[in-house]
Amino acid sequence: MNLPDIEQITQDLAEQLTELITERQLDDPLLVGIRTGGVWVAERLNDTLKCTDDVASLDISFYRDDFTRHGLHPKVQGSELPDSIEDRHIILIDDVIMSGRTIRAAMNELFDYGRPASITLVCLLDIGRRELPIQPDLCGATLALNDGQLVKLTGPRPLVLTLA
Amino acid sequence: MTDPNTVQLTEDGRLKHFLTTEGLSRELLTEILDTADSFISTQERAVKTVPLLRGKTVVNLFFENSTRTRSTFELAAKRLSADILNLDIARSATSKGETLMDTLWNLEAMYSDMFVVRHSDSGAAHFIAEQVTPNVAIINAGDGRHAHPTQAMLDMLTIRRHKGDIEGKIVAIVGDILHSRVARSQIHALRTLGAAEVRVIGPGTLLPSDIESMGAVPYYDMRAGLADCDVVIMLRLQKERMQNALLPSEGEFFKLYGLTKEKLAFAKPDAIVMHPGPINRGVEIESAVADGNQSVILNQVSYGIAVRMAVMAMAMSGQQTPVNSEEPA
Repeated sequence: MNLPDIEQITQDLAEQLTELITERQLDDPLLVGIRTGGVWVAERLNDTLKCTDDVASLDISFYRDDFTRHGLHPKVQGSELPDSIEDRHIILIDDVIMSGRTIRAAMNELFDYGRPASITLVCLLDIGRRELPIQPDLCGATLALNDGQLVKLTGPRPLVLTLA
Repeated sequence: MTDPNTVQLTEDGRLKHFLTTEGLSRELLTEILDTADSFISTQERAVKTVPLLRGKTVVNLFFENSTRTRSTFELAAKRLSADILNLDIARSATSKGETLMDTLWNLEAMYSDMFVVRHSDSGAAHFIAEQVTPNVAIINAGDGRHAHPTQAMLDMLTIRRHKGDIEGKIVAIVGDILHSRVARSQIHALRTLGAAEVRVIGPGTLLPSDIESMGAVPYYDMRAGLADCDVVIMLRLQKERMQNALLPSEGEFFKLYGLTKEKLAFAKPDAIVMHPGPINRGVEIESAVADGNQSVILNQVSYGIAVRMAVMAMAMSGQQTPVNSEEPA
């Protein structure tokens, strides 16, 4: 299977996100990447967007709904968010969206930090297999994988996509 | 008694009970500290709870009195979103016989998921861990003279956060080592985590005879023992020991082993002073030191909650068989 050119779709995604931010009038947006891949993607998008805040990171390890099945991630890095996300326009960024459970966990965690004005979801890749009613506002590419196939992003620079 | 590590670890080496620091690997102790570190950050938020143990029931089973340890376990459980039941069964002579097991069976029948146990008998938590139904986690909150592993780990976290690392540090533990479960757990953890030297300082009557086999160096003179130390850990002097003629008097003890500014000056200038609390001002430590700028005694209390959250979360997760699949995105 041919995998998309990650560098190219990251660049395209940055341009689309710039337009979306203007269109929706998202003043002073805060980029929040979900660890680990989402943070890499967010950093790349910020090369183009140049937001006033540094990219924030969200570690959802303590919010997973499969904690009792998978246990804690051996190396929880913790979240790094600004002092307040109250009334901020958040651009939530992840590398791959599948079931939607990570995004559910991420939104739960965000609301424990405060009440954002809005959340816009941006994912580099959508591989389908959704289990929750969550869809990205912007997505770099959609991949139809065979049963049991997964993709893995390595980074941060360069971003490389491989089949797992 | 069986090897504690066959009881407290899963087959693949994860924590499923937390009974003792003895024999645990450096990797596992470090994992506890790393996890606790990330819980410190969640506690600095306006909303301090995380949903990890939502729907789980934790029972604080205290056969011995405690305020600080019990309340920090309670807060830790609450900040993990667990429901908590506090049972104070403070009786001195509860044997390991039927009474204890009856209590446990009753609590198990209430679908409890975790017992935090403090008991005056050494080995009580271990005994309970061997007896409980599978999927119930046991956390040792102090058993007799044997172990107090969460206190030791919060002390390790305190040293790591204030001195950068435990590796290479000289640590002195001062006071009644003989009766101290805290000291035992600390010595094991410090040795495993690479402390350069662990010293124990106190009168001969309060130092165990086998202390050197544990990897600690005994000192009978406070000034010699404190020389060049990075960390000074004071232990609480239990006043009932005086009656057993192990000590001449409080005043005499303070003169020889009480931590004063004058004695602290023998340690490194940036040495930190720790104490598991509650402190006896003027018995083992003078107020000028306890409240001084080298004291990290109150930081220990805050770190205690994070460490207890970490071991509770890790032990609860160790009760489950892991599912071998990629993490869903």
